[in-house]
Amino acid sequence: MAGVSLAELHNGFSLPSSEVPRCGWDELCTEICTHIGSGARLAALAGRPVNDRLEVLVVLVRPEHGTLALGRAEVGARFASLTPACPAAHMFERELAEQWGVVPDGHPWLKPVRFHRSYRPGHDAWSRAVDDSILPCVTDFFRVDGEEVHEVAVGPVHAGVIEPGHFRFQCHGEHVLHLEIALGYQHRGVERALLAADPRRAIHLAETLAGDSTVAHTTAHCVALEALGAGQAPPRAEAIRAIALELERLANHVGDLGALAGDVGFLPTQSFCGRLRGDLLNLTALVCGNRFGRNLVRPGGVAFDLEPERASELGARLQEILQDVRGALELLFESSSVLVRFEGTGSVSSSLATELGLVGVAARASGLERDVRAELPVGMYRFAQVPVSTWHTGDVFARAWVRWLEVQRSAVLVSDLLAALPTGGLATRCPAPRGDRIAVAMVEGWRGEVCHLVQTDPGGRIATYKVVDPSFHNWMGLAMALRNQQISDFPLCNKSFNLSYCGHDL
Amino acid sequence: MIRAIRERWRQGYRTMPYPEQPPVLPDRVLGRPHLDPSRCPADCHACGEVCPTAAVTRNGGLALDLGRCLFCAACSRACPTGAIVWSGDWRMATRTRKATVVRGREIELAEALDTRLRRLLGRSFKIRQVSAGGCNACEADVNVLSTIGWDLGRFGIQLVASPRHADALLVTGPVPRNMQLALQKTYDATPAPKLVIAVGACAIAGGPFAGHEEITGGAAATLPVDLFIPGCPPHPATILDGLLRLLDRLPAATR
Repeated sequence: MAGVSLAELHNGFSLPSSEVPRCGWDELCTEICTHIGSGARLAALAGRPVNDRLEVLVVLVRPEHGTLALGRAEVGARFASLTPACPAAHMFERELAEQWGVVPDGHPWLKPVRFHRSYRPGHDAWSRAVDDSILPCVTDFFRVDGEEVHEVAVGPVHAGVIEPGHFRFQCHGEHVLHLEIALGYQHRGVERALLAADPRRAIHLAETLAGDSTVAHTTAHCVALEALGAGQAPPRAEAIRAIALELERLANHVGDLGALAGDVGFLPTQSFCGRLRGDLLNLTALVCGNRFGRNLVRPGGVAFDLEPERASELGARLQEILQDVRGALELLFESSSVLVRFEGTGSVSSSLATELGLVGVAARASGLERDVRAELPVGMYRFAQVPVSTWHTGDVFARAWVRWLEVQRSAVLVSDLLAALPTGGLATRCPAPRGDRIAVAMVEGWRGEVCHLVQTDPGGRIATYKVVDPSFHNWMGLAMALRNQQISDFPLCNKSFNLSYCGHDL
Repeated sequence: MIRAIRERWRQGYRTMPYPEQPPVLPDRVLGRPHLDPSRCPADCHACGEVCPTAAVTRNGGLALDLGRCLFCAACSRACPTGAIVWSGDWRMATRTRKATVVRGREIELAEALDTRLRRLLGRSFKIRQVSAGGCNACEADVNVLSTIGWDLGRFGIQLVASPRHADALLVTGPVPRNMQLALQKTYDATPAPKLVIAVGACAIAGGPFAGHEEITGGAAATLPVDLFIPGCPPHPATILDGLLRLLDRLPAATR
C-alpha cells in the first residue's frame, strides 16, 4: 500500500481518477513529507480548477517499491505552503500560484515562474489588475547589501548561442554570495496548448517541449496516451525508442563533455567532441531522417524501422565514433590542468541534492541513485537493465564523470539492442483515451527524468496535462552550486548542469 | 601534450568537403519537397487536412509553405497520387517570405547581397544569434556549424558575443511576448547596416506554436527579415547554404 491517502501506480500505466483518494491539503502534505522522509521524491504537482477551488494532484516516485504514488487535495484561494517542510516543492508551488492564482501561505520566495497571466481570470496570486502589464523578470530579487558588495546581472541575451535567461549574482569581489536565476523568456504556452491541442499538432508540441530531448519527451507523451487508451507499442517499437533515447543521451553527453573542455580552455577535446556530437546526431538521422529524432516516436509505436542493413550500419558507425570519443575523453580526464579546474568546483552535497529534489545527471553526480530507467523501468528498459552511474563528489568533475560513465553504458545498451532487435510490427493503433483516468509516464532523458501527467475528463478529453522537464527540478541546484564560488566559474558550472530553458519555460 | 598531438593525428582532418562537394545526407532526410499539382485529383484536400500547421493548401493550386512546414511528411503520406515528393535537396533559403512557398519543383533561392554591401562586409561576416522561444534545436544546429566538421570560420563567418560586433542577427524561435523587447533591444544595439536572418519554422511563422497568444509569431513580427531558412530545425547544410548564398560564396557545384 502506498499509504491511506495515496494510490499506487506503475510508470506508464493509468488508473481511474476515482481511485486516487481525496484528502485534506494538510493531510496530503503530511503524507508527502512522510514518504519523502523514507526515500520518495516529488515528481509533479499539478493543479486543475474544480468549480471555484483548485484540485492539486501530487505524484511521488517511490524507488524502493518501483512505483509511483498519487494523491490529491482541494485547496481554496490560500493554503499552507508545503515548501518549508519540503523544499523540493518550491517551484511547483510558485507554478501553482502563477497558473491558478492561489497563494501558498508561508512560501519563502513566492515569485512568478514564467511571467504570464493566471489561467483563471479573476484569480491572481499577486493581486495584479487585469490591465497591469507583466514583464519578464520584473520582480523581486534577493539582494546582499554592503559597501563592497556588488551585483552582476546577465541576460536574457547571452554571449553564446544559448537560450535566454536572467542571472543575477550578489558578489564580493570575485566571490559569489548568491545567484538568483529568473526565467520565462522562452514561455510559449506549449503545456497549456497540449490541453486542447489540435490532434494533428499535439505530437509536434511534444517534440518541441525541449528540442534536445525530443525522444524523451515524445516517448513520455506517447506512453501516457497509450496508457490512457489501453494501447501498447510492440516490442520492436519499444526497442527502437530505447535506441533513439540512448543515441540522444550519447550525443548530448558527448557534446556537453566537449563544451566543458572548452570552458576550461582544453581545446583538443572541445574540437573532437564538437564533431563527434554531430556524428552521433547523424546516427539519429540515419534512423528517422532528423538529427533530433523528429517524426520517429508516435502513439502506438514508431514510424521508422531499423532494417538489418540499417541496424548494422548504425552499429558499425557507433563503434567508430566511440573509439574517437574514448580517445577524446581519456585525454580530458588524464589532463591535470583540466582536473584541477573540475575538482571541487560547484559542489552540491548529497543532502542538499536530496532536499532540493534534484534529478538526473546532477543528482547522480551528488551520489543519489536516481534513474527511472532502473527505478521505474518502462518499455524496453523492463528487459534491458541499465546500471545507475553515480559519483559522490557533487562537483563539476562528478557531473562530467557521470556523463562519461553513462556514455559507455548507453553504447553497450545500443549495441545489445541492435544485436537482438525483437521481431514484429512497428506500431499498433493507439485507441482514444478512456474517460476519467490519470496516466503518468516517466522517461529518463539525458538530463534526467521527464514526467508527463495526463488526466482525462469523463468524455476522454484531456483535462490536465502536466509536463515536468528535469530542468524544472534542477535550476535551483545550479544556483546553490554557485555559492562561494568565483563568478568566473559560472560558465563552467552552468555547462556542467546544462539545463533547458525551454523545457522549464514551456 | 604528446598525447594530445597523438590523438589529433589519430582522429585526423575532419572538416567536410562541402561546399566543394554536396553534403552527404542520410536517405531518410527530408529535403525540399517537389510538388506536381497536375497530379491532384479534383476536390481532394487530403494533404491540407492532415497538415499540423496549415502549410499545405490547395486553394489556388497546390502550394506548400516551407516557412510553416515542420517537415513531418503527413501530407505526402496522405496524398493518394504522389503529388508531393520529398527530395534530398538541402537548399531552401530565400530572400523573401513569399518565395518560401513551393508550387512545383523549383523555388526562388536566396540571391546574394548587393555588391555595395558585400564590399562593405569584405571577407568577414559576424553574426549575433538571438534565441527567442523555440525548442533549442535550431540553436544546436547553428552551433554545430562552428565545430571542426563544418568549420564556419573558413568562410569568414563568425558567431560573435555582442550585437555591437555583429553584421547580422540570426533569430531562432517564435519570439514570445516575453522575449520581444530583448530582441528589439538587441537589434537596436546592432550597428547599421544590419541584416536579420530567420532560422527555422518558428522564427519564420511560429512553427508548432503558431497561434499561441504567448508568442508574436516569429522574427518578422518585430524585425525586417532579409533571409529565411526553413526547417524544423533546418539541417546545418541548409543553414550554411543560406549564409553562403547571401555572401555569394558558393561554388558552382553546390549553387
